[in-house]
Amino acid sequence: MGVNRREFLKIAGLSTLVGLGGKTAFELLAPGELEAREAPLGEAQKWGMVVDMHKMDEPLMDKCIEACHRFHNVPNIGTPKEEVKWLWKETYHHSFPGRENEYLTEEVEEMPFLLLCNHCTNPPCVRVCPTKATFKREDGIVIMDMHRCIGCRFCMAACPYGSRSFNWGDPRKAPEALNPGFPWNPDYPTRSMGVVEKCNFCAERLAKGQYPACVEAAAEEVEGALVFGDLADPESEPRAVLREHYTIRRKPELGTGPNVFYVI
Amino acid sequence: MFEKTIRGSQRYWGWLFFLLVLMGIGFGVYLYQFFEGLKITGMSRDVSWGFYIAQLTYLVGVAAGGVMVVLPYYLHDYKAFGRITILGEFLAIAAVIMCMLFVFVDLGQPTRVMNVIIHPTPNSILFWDMTVLSVYLLLNIVVGWNVLSAERKGIPYQKWVKVLAYVSIPWAFSIHTVTAFLYAGLPGRHYWLTAIMAARFLSSAFAAGPALLLLLCLIVRKVSRFDPGREAVRTLGGIVAYAFIINVFFFLLELFTAFYSQIPGHMHPIQFLFTGLEGHTYLVPWMWTAAAVAVVGLILLIVPATRRNEDTLVVGCVAVIVSTWIDKGLGLIIAGFTPNPFEGVTPYWPTLPEMLISIGVFATGFFILTVLYKMAIGIKEEAAGVS
Ligand code: SF4
Ligand code: SF4
Repeated sequence: MGVNRREFLKIAGLSTLVGLGGKTAFELLAPGELEAREAPLGEAQKWGMVVDMHKMDEPLMDKCIEACHRFHNVPNIGTPKEEVKWLWKETYHHSFPGRENEYLTEEVEEMPFLLLCNHCTNPPCVRVCPTKATFKREDGIVIMDMHRCIGCRFCMAACPYGSRSFNWGDPRKAPEALNPGFPWNPDYPTRSMGVVEKCNFCAERLAKGQYPACVEAAAEEVEGALVFGDLADPESEPRAVLREHYTIRRKPELGTGPNVFYVI
Repeated sequence: MFEKTIRGSQRYWGWLFFLLVLMGIGFGVYLYQFFEGLKITGMSRDVSWGFYIAQLTYLVGVAAGGVMVVLPYYLHDYKAFGRITILGEFLAIAAVIMCMLFVFVDLGQPTRVMNVIIHPTPNSILFWDMTVLSVYLLLNIVVGWNVLSAERKGIPYQKWVKVLAYVSIPWAFSIHTVTAFLYAGLPGRHYWLTAIMAARFLSSAFAAGPALLLLLCLIVRKVSRFDPGREAVRTLGGIVAYAFIINVFFFLLELFTAFYSQIPGHMHPIQFLFTGLEGHTYLVPWMWTAAAVAVVGLILLIVPATRRNEDTLVVGCVAVIVSTWIDKGLGLIIAGFTPNPFEGVTPYWPTLPEMLISIGVFATGFFILTVLYKMAIGIKEEAAGVS
C-alpha cells in the first residue's frame, strides 16, 4: 500500500498547494499519458480487472502480453521448463478446469483466455510465504519483495492458478536472440535468479495514476477489452461491467476470492 | 566422549572416507547449482518441488520414527528398548540434519535463509516446520548426550533429562504432522488436500523409521560387540508390522474416496501414479513396484514365523523401507503437482546433478550417523566391560 498511497498524497497535496483539482494536477504532472483513458486512477481498496472476451482476440492478447513483458523486463527464456510469464494465454479447458462440457460453443472451445495473477482476496500464496516476501497491500494488490524472497517456492505450490514463475536460471542471461535489446525498460529492475515473480497489477504505474501496461495496450485497439478499477467502488468501470454482464472467475470454489473476472 | 570416534578399524575409516568422497562430489555439484541456479535440476514451473523436498518429507518420517523406541522405554518402562533408545535418538539427529540440508539445497536464494528467522511468519507452515525440526534436533542432542554420558559414568541421568525425553515424544509426532500440513492445506492440489495426510505420514514414519532402526541394530551387532538384544529386535519387528498395516489401510482409504466418489480431481493424481495420465506413464512401474513390495512386506511381517525369523524379517523391513520411500520420497511430490493447475501433465524426473547433490546430503547424514553410533557403541562396550 505504501508507495501507492504516499505517491497519491504527494500529488494530491501538491495540487492543493497550487490550487488545482486532482485531474488537472495529474495532467500537469504527466501530460499526454491520460489520453487513452478518461480519468486518472486514484486510490483503491481493491483493484480488480474484467477481461471482456467478446472484445478480445488473439492478436490483441499477444499485444497485451508483449506490453506487460516488455514493461517489466520479463525475458523469453526459450524453454517451457524455465519459462517466466506474468500474462499468458491458455485454452478454456486449461483456464477453467471442471467447468468444461462436451457441448461448448466453438467460440469458447477454441478461444484462448488471457490469464494472470488474480490478486486474490484471500491469497494462499501470501498465507504460506515464510518470509512475507509475498504480501497483500491495502489496495488489494498481491505483490512481491524480490529482495526478501528465499526461493523456497512454497507460494508456487500454494497458488492454484499457476500464476507464479520461478527464475530457475539467471534471467539476465536469457538468450539474446530471443530478447533483442533486453532489458527493455531501464526504469524497471531485472530480477536475479532464484526468486519467484508474477504480475503485480503494475503497482509502479498505478502509483503514478497510470493504468496497467496491458490495459493501456488493449485500450489502444478496443475500448473496454480489459477493464481495470476499484472493485470496492460501485461507481467504478469494472463494477459497471460486472453489473451488466454475466462473468466467471477461475476456481472460485477454492475460496481464494479471485479479482479477475471474465465476460464470456 | 568424542575420543571414541577416532579409534576405529580400517573398515570404519574406509567407510567414513567413502562417505567423505560422496560428500565432496555432492558439495562440488552444489557449487555448480549455486552459480547456475536450480535450472540444473529437473524441476519446472509446473513441478516446482522435486526430489529434494521429497527426501525432506521422507526423512522427517525417519526422524519421527525414532520415537517408537523412545516411547515404550520412557512411557511404559519397556526395558528391552533401554539399550537402543540412544540409537533411535542418534538416528533422529542424523535424519533431521539431512532434512535441513535438503531444504537448504532446494532454496533459490540460500544466502537469505535467515530471512525465515528475521521475518518470522507464524501463518506459514514452513516457518513452523523449521521451528519444530530445530527443537526436535536440540531435544535429541541434549537427551542423547546426557543419557550417554550418564551411562558412561555408571550413574542414572538427571531428572530434567527425563523431562526432556518426555517432551521429545509428542514432539516427534509434531514434526511429521507439521510436515504433512505443508501439503495438506494447499487449495487446488488434490492429491495433498486430504485430512488423512498427517495420519498417513505418521503411520509410514512409524513403519519406516523402526524398520531402518532394526536394520541398523543388526548391522551394529555384526560390526561391534554390542548386542541390541533379541527381544528389542523382535519388538521392533512387531511395531513395524502394525504401523505398516495401518499405513496400507490409510492408503486404501484414499483410494476409496477417490474412486467411489469419482471426482476427477481426486482420481487424476492416483491414475497418474498407477496407470499414467495423458500418456505419461513413467511413474507407473515405480508405483506398482511399491505395491508389490508392500504386499511382500506385509506377508513377511504378518506371518509370525517369518517375522520371528531374522532373515525374513530383514527382507520385510527392506520391503517396508522401499515401498514407503517410493510412496513418499518419489510419488507424493510429483503426483501433488500432477495434473498441474491447468489440468496438464508436465513430467518431472531428477537430473544427474540433482541426484549427486542428494547423494551428498545422504552421505553427510550417514557420516554423522556413523560417528554418533561409533561413539554410543564404544561407550556401551566400555560400560559392559567388553573393550
Ligand atoms: S492468483 Fe495465485 S499468485 Fe495471485 S494472489 Fe491468487 S494465489 Fe496468489
Ligand atoms: S519463494 Fe519467495 S515469495 Fe514464494 S513463499 Fe518462498 S520466500 Fe515467499
